[in-house]
Amino acid sequence: MVERARGERSFVAPPTPVVREGAVAARAAGENPPAEPVFRIRELSIQYGAFTAIRNVTLDIPERQVTAIIGPSGCGKSTLLRALNRMNDFVPHMTVRGQAYYRDQAIYSLRCDPVELRRRVGMVFQKPNPFPKSIYKNVAWGARINGYTGALDELVERSLRAAALWDEVKDKLDESALNLSGGQQQRLCIARAVAIQPDVLLMDEPCSALDPIATSRIEDLIDELKTRFTVVLVTHNMQQAARVSDLTAFLLMGELVEMDDTSRLFTKPSDQRTQDYITGRFG
Amino acid sequence: MARILRKLREGGIHAALLGCALLSVATTIGIVWVLLRESLGFFSDVPLREFLFRLEWAPELGGKYGVWPLVCGTMLVAGGGLLLAIPIGVATALYLSEYAPHWLRQLGKPIMEVLAGIPTVVYGYFALMFITPNIIRPLYPEADVFNAASAAIVVGIMIIPTIASLCDDAFRAVPRALRDGAYALSATKLEVSTRVVFPAALSGVVAAILLGLGRAIGETMAVAIAAGMTPKVTANPFTSIQTMTGYIVQVSLGDTPQGSMAYRTIFVIGFTLFLMTLGINLVANYVLGRLREKYE
Amino acid sequence: MSAGGAQFRPRLQARRTLGWLFAAVCVLFSLTSLLVLGVLLVEVFRVGWPALSWTFIRNLPSVLFPEQAGIWTALIGSIWTVAITALAAIPLGIGAAVYLEEYAPRNWLTNAISINIANLAGVPSIVYGILGLAIFVRWLEFDRSVLSGGLTLALLVLPVIIIASREALAAVPDSVRQAAYAVGATRWQTIRHHVLPAALPGIITGVILALSRAVGEAAPLIMIGALAYVTSVPGGSFEGYDHSLAGVWSWLRDAMLADFSAMPIQIYNWTDAPQKEFHVLAAAGIIVLLGGLLTMNAVAVGIRAWRQVHRTW
Repeated sequence: MVERARGERSFVAPPTPVVREGAVAARAAGENPPAEPVFRIRELSIQYGAFTAIRNVTLDIPERQVTAIIGPSGCGKSTLLRALNRMNDFVPHMTVRGQAYYRDQAIYSLRCDPVELRRRVGMVFQKPNPFPKSIYKNVAWGARINGYTGALDELVERSLRAAALWDEVKDKLDESALNLSGGQQQRLCIARAVAIQPDVLLMDEPCSALDPIATSRIEDLIDELKTRFTVVLVTHNMQQAARVSDLTAFLLMGELVEMDDTSRLFTKPSDQRTQDYITGRFG
Repeated sequence: MARILRKLREGGIHAALLGCALLSVATTIGIVWVLLRESLGFFSDVPLREFLFRLEWAPELGGKYGVWPLVCGTMLVAGGGLLLAIPIGVATALYLSEYAPHWLRQLGKPIMEVLAGIPTVVYGYFALMFITPNIIRPLYPEADVFNAASAAIVVGIMIIPTIASLCDDAFRAVPRALRDGAYALSATKLEVSTRVVFPAALSGVVAAILLGLGRAIGETMAVAIAAGMTPKVTANPFTSIQTMTGYIVQVSLGDTPQGSMAYRTIFVIGFTLFLMTLGINLVANYVLGRLREKYE
Repeated sequence: MSAGGAQFRPRLQARRTLGWLFAAVCVLFSLTSLLVLGVLLVEVFRVGWPALSWTFIRNLPSVLFPEQAGIWTALIGSIWTVAITALAAIPLGIGAAVYLEEYAPRNWLTNAISINIANLAGVPSIVYGILGLAIFVRWLEFDRSVLSGGLTLALLVLPVIIIASREALAAVPDSVRQAAYAVGATRWQTIRHHVLPAALPGIITGVILALSRAVGEAAPLIMIGALAYVTSVPGGSFEGYDHSLAGVWSWLRDAMLADFSAMPIQIYNWTDAPQKEFHVLAAAGIIVLLGGLLTMNAVAVGIRAWRQVHRTW
């Protein structure tokens, strides 16, 4: 398998492409010819002070698919996810080595404006975190600050429909978002992220604070969302990864063990550690 | 026997500690009782109507006992002080909680404690000897030597640490998750600070401003030194005025025999001052209490 | 690419610029208070430094000859006053804090006491002065003495000490208490041998900050009638007293009931005088006062920093 990689470590200059052969974990070529990946991560390491959260991770994330990142807690999967829209910037003493690209943009370069990046790469968090404002304003806020020129009412409705929440809240758009149930709040956060029409949705264990019914609604939703967005999902729940994702990456102690089509990874993993994890021997 | 002794000792200690705590209640009762008793004596001679509605205060000259000139002077100084302290205090708190690097954040509180620890008499000296001749007079040459503006400036400086420190607490109490949510929607730091953090902490900011106002109203020495001794109803900050606290200091510096009318005015003005600050503080502490419940 | 992306005009450049401007304004505003502090210190030192000398510190005040006036009586008066304040307020304040944190049941009375203390902390200092005037000066007939002044300031700083001590006690984890109870200690033994020592650094910091507030207060002392022109130092001489316990006691009693001055009062008086020479003395007095206060604050902040490094839990 030939893998295109950019091996430069420069933070400033846009690196020149280098074609390299190597045993890096990569998406297996499916039946369809693979499109240009949305994210390309090359030997990325992130440290918090002296603690190394992820080490030398190299992988590609394809467009319009659901990519799941699994692994035991503390394996660095959230760090990897937050590296994709630079939400790690707020952690004190964080240092980055290696490269990560969103399309043609080097994410950790001085020329990359995280505000601009996050406009294209939205995020949904582990615990629902609606703003203490009305449902309407929660959805409209991001669009408003980003200078949306269309009709806001329409956008709010479209976004809430996309998050399968419209029918439940259409009569109480002016009520506080904090009055919604946990599952509804999480779908509101999805609507909020969808409203700025991003390219990618990052989801950081979006169901971990929800009950089983709310969880299955979100999982159905993810399935719909992938027709319009590239979805990257972090989960500690292997069944969830198996149910909703097309590709799965398995991380262990900050290192990528393997990445493959979800069906293959869960049935015929090529690494013994993956085998151990999915059969429940640890984690 | 030993057990009885031990129980006696434990009970005695418990009672003594309860006594310490009740002393604070006794202090409040003492304040109210002392102020009320002399004030009642005052109002047996001066009708409450005159005190509340007359616009002149001149106890020595013709016995005019309308409280408004003193309240007006107090409000002029306290209001001017707030005008200065609110933007600076809130901006300082926003900087410390949203922008400053970690080490500077740690340094912020002690610096504010040092600023808050400077005695008010020092600020009074500064207002009279530096601010009036070097700042007020060059801008407005007709200003009196004693003027409300110089007092308002130093009172503002004095309450900046109070407002900044309490606002900082309020901003830090806003959950990290709310900021993350906003940043993930491609908000800039300015948008997160002013449109997410600030509104979420608004009640804390209000409480901080109220507590600052309470301090400004009760501020004494700087005002007694720099604001003047001419009670009048005016909105002109460049003239000499008198505050409630300034009046109390003026009277007590003279030799006032117990039971005289001048002696009683100290208590009635003190009572007015006490009621105003108590009202403000009760509201502020109530708001703060609600805020704590919200985030715990 | 998702459809409709063209409908956004994020104006990133403008928002970035606005963000920078706002950050700059915040920094400028934050620096204002430091700048004022700097100007204040420079001004005070510029005026007062030349007048600062050992004679200034050791001389008595003089109405007529500013060049001979000194701050000695005020300095010693402040030390006496704050000593009495400390003796009265520290045990009472810590006692109240221990009661409220360790003993008090969660009921309306406890709640009322807490609210009451929070509000007392906001009562203007001059109101405490009026209270001191009525209670200590007139009713208990201590007159305008060091004792009246010290006790009045004790009432003033009591709420501050209680609040700081409660915070320090609340920071001691429950496991410390449970460990002591588990080996059969009584409530008081647990508090005295385990909880109080653990909370002590925090309490000391709070107490020093509260006492430094007392040292700087002038208004309440003016109310109870402290004078600027006191020609003798309280307890300044032991002559005429017996060299016995009774002699020491009567010396102490006379000192506590003597007329007194304090540094902030003296500074106020000099500031209020019309002659320029006295303003110089005021500035020199401020240097002495600020020197003392900054030392106290530095010790308090230092203890807190030390505790943060050497926390035992």
